[in-house]
Amino acid sequence: MKAMTIKVLVAVLALALGAFALMGCGTDSNVIKIGFNLELTGDIPKVGEASKFAAEMLKEDINSKGGLDVGGKKYKLEFVYQDNEAKADSAVNAALKLITQDNVVAIIGPNSSKQAIPAGGACNDNQTPMVSPWSTNPDTTKDRPWVFRAAFLDPFQGPVAANFAAKQFGAKTAAVLFDIANDYSKGLAEIFKVEWEKKSGAGTVVAFESHGTKDQDFSAQLTKIVAAKPDFIFVPDNYNQVALIIKQAHDLGYKGPFMGSDAWGSAELMTLCGKDCIGQFFSTHYAAAGAQGATKEFIDRYTTKYKYVPDDVAALTWDATRLVLQAVQEAGKVEKDIKAERKIVRDALANIKEFAGITGTMKFHGTGDPDKCAVVVQISPEGKFEFKESVCPQ
Amino acid sequence: MQKHTFTISLFAGIFVLTALAQFGVINQYLQSVIMLMGVNIILSTSLNLVNGYMGEFSCGHGGFMCVGAYVSSVVTVLLFSKNHILGAPLLPPSLALFAFPLALFAGAAVAAVAGLVVAIPSFKTRGDYLAIITLAANYIVISAIDNMEIIGGPRGFMGMNATVHGMEGLLDIPWMLLWVLFGTVFTVWLLRRFVTSTLGKGVPAIAQDEIAAEIMSVDTNRMKLIAFMLSSGLAGLAGGLFAHILGYVNPHSFDIMKSTEVMVMVYLGGMGSLSGATLSAVLFTVLLEVLRPLEIWKWVVIPLLLILLMQFRPEGIMGNKELSDLFPKLKKYYSFK
Repeated sequence: MKAMTIKVLVAVLALALGAFALMGCGTDSNVIKIGFNLELTGDIPKVGEASKFAAEMLKEDINSKGGLDVGGKKYKLEFVYQDNEAKADSAVNAALKLITQDNVVAIIGPNSSKQAIPAGGACNDNQTPMVSPWSTNPDTTKDRPWVFRAAFLDPFQGPVAANFAAKQFGAKTAAVLFDIANDYSKGLAEIFKVEWEKKSGAGTVVAFESHGTKDQDFSAQLTKIVAAKPDFIFVPDNYNQVALIIKQAHDLGYKGPFMGSDAWGSAELMTLCGKDCIGQFFSTHYAAAGAQGATKEFIDRYTTKYKYVPDDVAALTWDATRLVLQAVQEAGKVEKDIKAERKIVRDALANIKEFAGITGTMKFHGTGDPDKCAVVVQISPEGKFEFKESVCPQ
Repeated sequence: MQKHTFTISLFAGIFVLTALAQFGVINQYLQSVIMLMGVNIILSTSLNLVNGYMGEFSCGHGGFMCVGAYVSSVVTVLLFSKNHILGAPLLPPSLALFAFPLALFAGAAVAAVAGLVVAIPSFKTRGDYLAIITLAANYIVISAIDNMEIIGGPRGFMGMNATVHGMEGLLDIPWMLLWVLFGTVFTVWLLRRFVTSTLGKGVPAIAQDEIAAEIMSVDTNRMKLIAFMLSSGLAGLAGGLFAHILGYVNPHSFDIMKSTEVMVMVYLGGMGSLSGATLSAVLFTVLLEVLRPLEIWKWVVIPLLLILLMQFRPEGIMGNKELSDLFPKLKKYYSFK
C-alpha cells in the first residue's frame, strides 16, 4: 500500500514537472507575441488593471483590422500577461518566464520602479527589449541599452512643479510633506527643495516634513507646516494619502493652495477627498478633461468600455505598447529566430527619434528616456482634472 | 554504502542540475525558480529552528534576511562595481569567485549579530510578547535602511551583477545556481547536525518546558542565544543569495509580507521537521509559479489550500516527523550519522 502511494506520488510529481517545463512551447509564425509584466495583484492592483485594459483595447483594435502590417504582411497580435504581484523577485521571474517560456518579442512593464529596476536587469541580460510605461526612477534604464520608458523622469517633474507654483501662486516660500519610505515621493521632494531654493534663495522651503507609508494621522507634521506660514504646500504623495493630508490641513486652519505630482492622478482621488481637493493643482502626464484628438478618442472609448476615466498608467501603457509596435513595423520584417527578431526590434526602438503619443510627443536622444512635456491640471468643481498648462523641457 | 548514498546522490543531483543549466536544457526561468526555491528552503528551515523546534513565535524573519542582503551586497559592490561611495572597484573581477562566499558569510554574520535584538529580550519574555519584539525588529531594520541615504534608502541598492559577471568571466557556468544549491545543502546539513546534537537537544527541551529544561541543566539563555543567532544568520545567508540572484534589493521586499510567507512555509511543512520545511518551501514556490496565470484568484486558491490543510491536518504536511519516520523503508537506502 505504502509503496503504491509513493509510486503514485512520484508519477504525479514527474507529470507536474514535465507539464511545467513544457508550458508555453510551440509558436505560430503569423503571430507577434508581446509580453506584459504587470502588477495585477499585490499593493497596486488598479495600476496593473489599467495597463491590461489599455493593452486589450489596443490589441482588439489591431486584430480587428486583420493584424499588424509588417513589411506588407499582416501579423496577428498575441499579448501574454504575467502577474508580478508588485514584488521585485516575482517581477524578475515573470520577465524570465516571458522571455524563455512564452518567447515574446518585447516586454511592456513593470510599471512601478521597485519592480521595473530588477526586471529591466533581467531583460537587458537576456537581450529582450523592455518598455516601462510608468517607472520614473533613473536606474530603470541607466546603462541598459535594451530598456526604455514612456514616462518623464522625476528630475524633470520637480522643476515643473516649482516653476508653476511660483508663477501661479506668486509664492515666495514653500513647505513640503512627503513619504520617506516611498522612493518616488522622497526623490521628488528632494529635487523640488533644491530647485525651489535655487529660485527663491536658501531657507525659502520653510518646512520639510516626512511621514511613513501607512500613516493616517499627519497632524504633527501639518501643525509645524502651518505654523511656518508657507505660501503653498507641495505634496508629492500617493492619492490615498493626499486625500487625508489635505483634509487634515484644512482642519488645522490652513487656507492656502496645494501643489501635487503625478501620483495624485487616480480616479479614486475625488471619491476619497471630496470638496477639499477642489481647486488644487498637480503636474501629470496627461489631462483627461478637455483632451483633444487621439487622446480624447482613447479616453472616450476606454470610458465606454470599462466605465471609468483612464488614468495616466492606462494612457502610458497605450503609448508604450504602440511604441513597441511601431518599432516592430519599422524593423521592416519579422525574423523567424526570436533572438534575431528581438535584436532588430531593439535597434528599431533605439532609432525612433520622435513618437507622437496620446500623452504628448516623446523625443528620444539615444537613451531609453524620452523628453516629453508635462501638463499641470487643476481639479474642477465637478471633480475633473482640467488642463491648465503644458510645460516642456527646454 | 548506505552511509554515503544520500551524500552521493545529493552532490550528483547538484552536478546534474548545473550541467542541465549549463547546456540550456533548463532555461533561465526554471533556473530562477529553482534558485528562489533554494532561498525559500533556507528561510523556512532556519525559521523552523525558532518557530518549530524552540516553540517560540518569531515573525520578523524578513528583517534578518534584509540585513544579510544589504551587507553582502554592499561588500560585493564596494569590491567589484563602480559605485558612488568609493568610486572605482577595489579588486579585479577575477577575484569575485573567492570574495563572493566571504561576502555571503559577512552578510550572515552581521544578520546573526542583528539576531541579538531578538535573542536578548527572549531571556525574559516569551510567547506573544516576544512575537511583538520580532515584529518590531523587522520594522526597525526596514526603517533604518529607508533612512540610510548612502545605500539608496527607499530607492533600493543595485550593482551586484558585476560580481556575478565577474565569476562568469572566470569560468562560464551558472554560478548563482551553484551557490544557491550549496547554500541550501549547507543550511539543511548545519541545522540537522545542530538539532540532533547533544547541545541542540536543549532547543526542543525549551519548547516543552523552560523551567524543567533549566532544572535538567540546560542553559536556556545560552540555547536561545544560539538558536536565534543561528536562525537569523542563515536568514542573512538567504538574503545575500537573494540579492545576488536579483541584482537589486529594496528594503520593502523584506517587509512583514516576506516574514509571513516564510511563516506560512514553516506551518505548512510542519513544526519541528526539517524535511517538512524543505518540502513545503519547494511546494510553495512551485505553487506560486504554477498558479501565476490565475492572477487575483491565486490569492483565493492558496489561502484556501492553507485553510483546508489546517482543517484536516493541523500539524502540517509532515507534523514533527522527518521523511524517514513516515516512510521507514527509505532507511534501507540511506542513513545519517
